[in-house]
Amino acid sequence: MKLLTHNMLTSHVKGVTKGYPLLIKATEVKVNEVDFNPQFVSRMIPKLEWSALIQAADELGQRQDLPGELVPEYEKNEDFLKKVHRVLLEVEVIEGCLQCPESGREFPISKGIPNMLLNEDES
Amino acid sequence: MKLKDLESCLQQVDTFEEPKVLLEQYPTSPHIAACMLYTIHSSFDDIEGKLVADLGCGCGVLSIGAAMLDAGLCVGFDIDEDALDIFRRNAEEFELTNVDLVQCDICCLEAEAYAQKFDTVIMNPPFGTKHKGVDMKFLQAALTMAKTAVYSLHKTSTREHIQKKAKDWGVKMEVLAELRYDLPASYKFHKKKSVDIEVDFMRFSKT
Repeated sequence: MKLLTHNMLTSHVKGVTKGYPLLIKATEVKVNEVDFNPQFVSRMIPKLEWSALIQAADELGQRQDLPGELVPEYEKNEDFLKKVHRVLLEVEVIEGCLQCPESGREFPISKGIPNMLLNEDES
Repeated sequence: MKLKDLESCLQQVDTFEEPKVLLEQYPTSPHIAACMLYTIHSSFDDIEGKLVADLGCGCGVLSIGAAMLDAGLCVGFDIDEDALDIFRRNAEEFELTNVDLVQCDICCLEAEAYAQKFDTVIMNPPFGTKHKGVDMKFLQAALTMAKTAVYSLHKTSTREHIQKKAKDWGVKMEVLAELRYDLPASYKFHKKKSVDIEVDFMRFSKT
């Protein structure tokens, strides 16, 4: 699971009103090289929940020196875009789980795939 | 990448070992997948550098093709662990780094789940022959998730119904191609060797 994907995931356990962002408890993390596409990264940034991305990168010890607030004119800052590229696409959680911030329900991540399926009584 | 090269690459994608009838698991043929993706890419520019979702991705032939056409990232969604496992192995064999996977039930998503998070949604959904209406649930989810366009396959016999629904939902629907879907006899109850069904390749766009 890449952090770009994580940025979009929400817990929809019955009764939960704020199931976002999911906490990451990782037991195995990998960093794989991915081709850098600055246009794609620039285009994704305004669509992201920035604070959730920073929190996730922090939890995995992969934040580097990314700022808590978006920098102005980031689209011209290649160094910044490369760092965002790294946390969005290169860092991957292979094993661990995601935890709903409200209910505490855990969603397992196995072989890089988060399992967001709910039991019948949870949905 | 040329169409015929894409198709020959997609022929290397492994498919279901034991397809599950209730999930209507049948592979999208490399030929159909390549034609779909090539059209989406060359006529509409909806893949390269885009955030793409593949709903009911199965073993991943559409996602893998989208990744080869340089999607920024393609995220495959499927309920079935076994299919996702094959998808994962396919992606590894092709050494693709721009795909990701999520196990979830598209039919049980919240109304606003992933709203407009993706540029493009591609899918070959279940046709709804086992669970009536599942095709429309997929379409509804896809339309919520996509910012620009949804590309999907549907039985030609449902075209009028879909046209009406699209109108109700305020989206534009166009039939890009009429296909003959050669459904191989992958399940025991298929007595003939293969069954041809008429399928529309559709594009839905937000106006």
